[in-house]
Formats: sequence, structure tokens, C-alpha cells
Amino acid sequence: MDGKHGILGNNPLLRLGLGICPAVAVTTTALNGLGMGVATAGALLLTSFVMGLIGGALNEKARFAVTLILSAAFASVAQMVLRGWFPALNDSLGVFVPLIAVSSLILCGGSEAAGRGFGAAIADGLVMGIGYAVAMTLLGAVRELLGRGTAFGAAVLPAAYEPLLLAALPAGGLMLLGIAMGLYNAVFGRGRNGKEGA
Amino acid sequence: MKLNLNPAPHVHSRQDTRWLMGNVLIALLPCCVAGVVYFGVPALMLMAVSMASAVLFEALWQKLCGRKLLIADGSAAVTGLILALNLPPRAPWWLAVMGSAFAVVIVKGLFGGLGDNFINPAMAARALLLASWPKFMTAWTAPSGLDAVTSATPLMTPAAWTPLELFLGRIPGCIGETCKLAILAGLAWLLITRTIKWHIPVAMMASLCLFSWIFGKDPVAAALSGGALFGAAFMATDYVTCPVHPAAQMIYAAGAGLVAAVIRSYAGYPEGVTYGILLMNAAAPLLDKCFRRRVYGHGREAAK
Repeated sequence: MDGKHGILGNNPLLRLGLGICPAVAVTTTALNGLGMGVATAGALLLTSFVMGLIGGALNEKARFAVTLILSAAFASVAQMVLRGWFPALNDSLGVFVPLIAVSSLILCGGSEAAGRGFGAAIADGLVMGIGYAVAMTLLGAVRELLGRGTAFGAAVLPAAYEPLLLAALPAGGLMLLGIAMGLYNAVFGRGRNGKEGA
Repeated sequence: MKLNLNPAPHVHSRQDTRWLMGNVLIALLPCCVAGVVYFGVPALMLMAVSMASAVLFEALWQKLCGRKLLIADGSAAVTGLILALNLPPRAPWWLAVMGSAFAVVIVKGLFGGLGDNFINPAMAARALLLASWPKFMTAWTAPSGLDAVTSATPLMTPAAWTPLELFLGRIPGCIGETCKLAILAGLAWLLITRTIKWHIPVAMMASLCLFSWIFGKDPVAAALSGGALFGAAFMATDYVTCPVHPAAQMIYAAGAGLVAAVIRSYAGYPEGVTYGILLMNAAAPLLDKCFRRRVYGHGREAAK
């Protein structure tokens, strides 16, 4: 990873394959996708922020452990925020909010942020987080539309539409994620900065 | 162009995809006739819609990918017809269209087209439809002339039918799976023309009967109800998704029969043939690795 992450250019979910587990599990509606995406993005930004500050002082082996502790701490923060202000969303995301602690997106992004300087670390974290949240929301919107015929909870398809239940199940989520990755690579080209994956 | 790099000797054969698919279509004819006789015109409409949409989606997909149009080889038509024969007779027409699209585009096209799909397209489409629209996929109708009477599948009430009724197919079920006589006729055609060998159908039915008996069920009723025989004859034998070596084929088919028997006996679904075949489809490459073909002219040691 060399700082060229972007919302469109090198999407963490759709190109790097980071944070796939919640993407398959909880993006059954657009709102769930958005909530999960924003919560993860927030924890990523804070982790990158702290790692940008102190990461340079740590040796390579300690970075991962420190990132893990930081991401666990900020996952707890995310859970408290969700529980306090968005209890319904917290209930539907369930165990995947505390699991932000071991999100591959944060572990990867946080360790990489170390020693890159304060500004670059925050910019990277912000761009990756937004890219992830956008991808999660889109995936959730597609699954909600196919699986329930609604968009952000409002019915948009005619009542005669028989929902494709598979889209709301994890298996359908994995298939749609694969198709989304394929489309993304077709549109934005593969490995623009000469590298495949992280 | 694809070069075949098999070791000698080579035997010339007129078998190609078109010949093969033509044979399968002929073999499916008795099932189609039985389906229309028992379930009437809606069954015929469903077959037509399913075949037409499968061919259409195949053409659209190949066009979209800039590939050569290969719909004349008949593989999409066979997929569409097999899918229709796996639908309940009063299934809505769009169910067949959705299933065909999924089978041809997602299961086959995305993986590289005919020959590169890792699971049977029609079987996967049936699994999709069953997971997505269960209320249409389990709405059974009893064959009773013009009027459709909703009823349970024989798998739920095994004692309600005699083995002869199960064999002749005047029972509720999917269009093509009820008449075992017609399936056996098709199977005989496939065997006589050497389109398939006996290993897979025999091993699958034997395994299903054996394990159903072990699980405390009537093995004859188990063999004659549901989609077991249809699956064993037409879907487990798909060249693309079954192993190559005869021994591997028998393990593959026995595994499919075992999974089907377990699901029928202990799981929430009444029918497990779909998942049995799909699971063993996924295991086929592994079996192929375990049973390599011996290279002609080399000893048994060299094959290892």
C-alpha cells in the first residue's frame, strides 16, 4: 500500500478485499451497511490518527500489537456510541460491532499508518474509511432492494415484486460482493498502482 | 483454438457437444411427455419459457462478452429444459426465467462458459429458487386432469402412495421427476448411445437406498420418491461437473446419495438430492486429483 487508496481508486472492500466478513454478514439493508461502514470508518480514522502520532516510535513487531489494542479500544467507543444514540441499529448489527476490533481493514490500515507522518496517516484513514462506508452502503442498498424490495426502509418496488430472499442471506451477500468486485475491477481497471491487493 | 494434448492412442469420434446435447434432449423427451400428460399445458408452457429464456440469456451473455455465439450447441437449451423439469408444475413463468438467467449467466457464464462451471447450472438454479422463493417451489399439485389440487410431496407422506403409483408418476412433484418409467427410458437411451456410463446413476441410487434403509426408511420408496432418479440420471452425470475416473465417479455418486439420504432423514428440507449433487460437484476436482488416469504405455508406478 502506498498512499494511493481512494474512494474510487483502490477501494478497500472492492479491490483489497478488506473487511469482507461484516460486508457479507450485516449489509442486509442499506442502513445496516451505512451504519457498519461508518462505525468501521470512525474506528479506522481514530486508529490511524493515534498510529500516525506514535507509530514512528514503535518497532515493526510492536506495531501490530499496538494497532490491535487501539482498534479494540475504538471498537468499544463505536459500540458505546451506537448503543447510546442508535440502539435499533446497534441491535441489528449485533456482534459485528465489537468485532470491529479485529477488522482486517483497521489492522491493515492502522499498521500501515505507522511512521508515515501525521497528515498522511489521517488522510489515508479518512479516504479508506469513506471508500469502505460507500461500498458497504451500496452493497446494502442492492441487497435490500433485491431481498426486500425497499430502499432505506421505504418501499420502492411494486407490491407484486416477489423478493429474492437469497440476496438477504449471507450466501447471496457473498455472491453479490463477488459480482460487485468484478464490476468494480472492470470499470476502474485492475491494480492501477501496479500492485494486486494489500 | 484449443489443442488436445492427450497421450496416444487417439480414436476418432463423431461425438461433439451438439451430438451430446441432442442425445440428452432425446433422453429427456419421455419425461417431458409424462410431465405434460400428468400436469397439462402449464407444464409445457413452463418448459418452453425456460428453454427459450436460457438460450436467450446465453446469447445475450456471449454477445456482451464478445465471444462466439455458441447457442447452436444446445447446451443452454438442455440447461433450460432440465431446470423446467425440476420446477413444480404450477410455478409462475418468471420463476423459470430467473432460474435460467442465474444458471446460464451466473453459474456458467461468469466462470467461463460451458466446461468451466464448477457446479451443475440447472441444479444450482434450483437451489437458488428454493432458497429465494420457497412458497412457489414447494407448491405441489396433484396430477388430476385439468384441475390442480394442492398437496404434499410424497417425501412427507411416504405411505400414501404404492410403489407402482410412485413408479408411474401419478403423484405430486416436479414436472419431470415423478414418472420413473419415463426417466428409466431416457436413462436407457443415454446408456445405449454410450452418452454416459452406468457408474454414476447406479452408485447414487444404491447409496441412497442403502443409507435410507440404515436410517430406518423404506429403501424402495426412497428410490422412487422425490427427484432422486431424475437427479441420478440427468444431473449428477453432467460431464463438466462429475469426476473422470470410474472409481472417482462412484465415490462422487455415492456421496451424493448419502447427503441426499441424510438431508431427507434429519434436515429441515423434505428433499436433499439438490444439495447432495451440488456438494459432490464441488468435491469433484478433489476426487479427480485422487484418481489420476494412468498414462498409456506407462506402468502403474508412473501414474502416481
